[in-house]
Amino acid sequence: MARYGLRRLLRGLVTMWLVVTVVFVALRISGDPAKAMLPDDASVAQIEAFNRRYGLDQPIPVQYALYLRNILAGDFGDSLREHRPVTELVSARMGNTLLLGFAAIAIALAIGLPAGILAAIYHNRLWDRLLTAGAFIGQSIPNFFLGILLILFFSLQLRSLPSSGTGTWQHLILPAFTLSTGLLSSMARMMRSSLLEVMRQEYVRTARAKGFSNRQIILRHCLRNAAIPVLTLFGLSLGGLIGGAAITETIFAWPGIGRFAVGAISSRDYPLIQYIVLLVAASVVSANFIVDMLYGVIDPRIRAERA
Amino acid sequence: MKSENLHASQRLSALVENVHRPAAAQSTPMQPAPVAKSQENALTLKQSQRRRGFSLPLSIWASLFVLGFFIFCALFADWLAPHDPVANNLRARLAAPLGMPNAQPDFLLGTDALGRDLLSRLIYGARVSLTIGFVGTLVGLLVGSLSGVLAGYLGGWLDEAIMFLADALIALPFLVVALTVVAIFGSNLGVLVVLASFSGWAGYTRLARGQVLSVNQQPYVLAARSIGSSSVRLMLRHLLPNITAPLVVMATLGMTSVILLESSLSFLGLGIQPPTPAWGAMLGEGRDYLHTSWWLGVLPGVAIMLLTMSISQIGDWLRDLLDPSMRGA
Repeated sequence: MARYGLRRLLRGLVTMWLVVTVVFVALRISGDPAKAMLPDDASVAQIEAFNRRYGLDQPIPVQYALYLRNILAGDFGDSLREHRPVTELVSARMGNTLLLGFAAIAIALAIGLPAGILAAIYHNRLWDRLLTAGAFIGQSIPNFFLGILLILFFSLQLRSLPSSGTGTWQHLILPAFTLSTGLLSSMARMMRSSLLEVMRQEYVRTARAKGFSNRQIILRHCLRNAAIPVLTLFGLSLGGLIGGAAITETIFAWPGIGRFAVGAISSRDYPLIQYIVLLVAASVVSANFIVDMLYGVIDPRIRAERA
Repeated sequence: MKSENLHASQRLSALVENVHRPAAAQSTPMQPAPVAKSQENALTLKQSQRRRGFSLPLSIWASLFVLGFFIFCALFADWLAPHDPVANNLRARLAAPLGMPNAQPDFLLGTDALGRDLLSRLIYGARVSLTIGFVGTLVGLLVGSLSGVLAGYLGGWLDEAIMFLADALIALPFLVVALTVVAIFGSNLGVLVVLASFSGWAGYTRLARGQVLSVNQQPYVLAARSIGSSSVRLMLRHLLPNITAPLVVMATLGMTSVILLESSLSFLGLGIQPPTPAWGAMLGEGRDYLHTSWWLGVLPGVAIMLLTMSISQIGDWLRDLLDPSMRGA
């Protein structure tokens, strides 16, 4: 298990290195970094100072080494717009995005998993059909459209929830729900189909023959076995959540990293963009790593295989 | 991911059906059940295929109609649109759709903040979504299946390299990849089409490679190889035709993600640039006028949803029709 974990960790690090390198190459291909990273009206002296600071007057391999060294030292440069270290700017908004993200995950799990279980238990009956239809709609409706419909209904029609900003828990409800729907629907669908598949297994029939109640069978025999595909999908969906955050934060004027990144892209704030991209890559890689490790916790067979 | 998910539930319901049906037969314990069951399955499979083949379900008719309608709009936008979609008319700003207060007879669905005709912009918007959807999907499909076939057929380091790239790409959220590319290279139609093509590439590559690996061991391929068929002939005559169906199904379902990618980027103001009418961008602009003119945001959203839902319905149906193997085991 430890060796397996080490191998996965190594793979994650390789992926990170790849992302870092791709960003380096892409920034070099797209033109002169000084031109890209400095305002258009920068003076020759400023450009030279910039080039010296980032070692851009050096040959490419040396530049690459310097670039890696800066990243490893945690120096990601200053924002072009706000002239402050990008790390500082991002961490000021990090809390909001994490709050939104965790709220969305909590909603998705708290509604999606029970809904999937319920649909599987009432397979082909009314509950199942209603929940399946709901999940289909939830999966088809784009985030940005759902957000707008929710604002129309809850903020403008009912006037019960705020449509933008942050501060109280009421502010969190609409954005968190909007962000959660994709994950929620896919969790519900996967839970349903996975549970249905497990419920046909022979050990479940055996348990039934031994006289266990339906509830005991589902709780003790089925859920754990049905959890593996759900976990896989969960891990795969986390990345999508990050993309969704950019959209959701834009709709609800939520002051997080997503909206900040969109602004940075519009104004071509390269150091900021670079930092956010690396941050996203790091969180996706570590999320995948954690999910990978969780397999072993849930399923002893996988643990044995890896040992 | 969405398609895999649909696939799993689909497969499951087919399985569950089969399990539940022969329940009566199980009451006579000595019957040679497996044989009877497989025959019955074969029969129902054929029957269901025939049934599906000749009479389309209502939802498919509706989906085909919606898709056809949007294609028609995109093709004949120049004739259909009552106004120039980018012509400002500040005297007719924010007119309501006909039948509502503050409507103007000239503008059937009203106008936006610059007085541009919403109906005309919706009609032209179909052109953007469908062009990027079709071209992006097609290029992604072609490049992806080619690289997948090469990876699966040739193996070795090429296989390793292609699959490493595909795995890395699938692990990263594509919207973030797209945002990065737009940040570095700017946004124009060319960049968007490349992004759209690239978005599905990894999926097609993996599917094509997997299919090739399994088809490669089939007796007819081994036979063709043993009588001395060349590699190119093998790939073109025996491998490609046998892996097309699942790829076409995947491409149909993938087209919805391509369309959504474009509208997401345009919504963020990082896709199609104004004044070109794109549904996502219209929705983004409409967000600021929700309290006075809700239709500006809602109608483009409805258009996007109708288009993507109809395509994914058609994709699901195609999967059942073309590819019984994905539905069966």
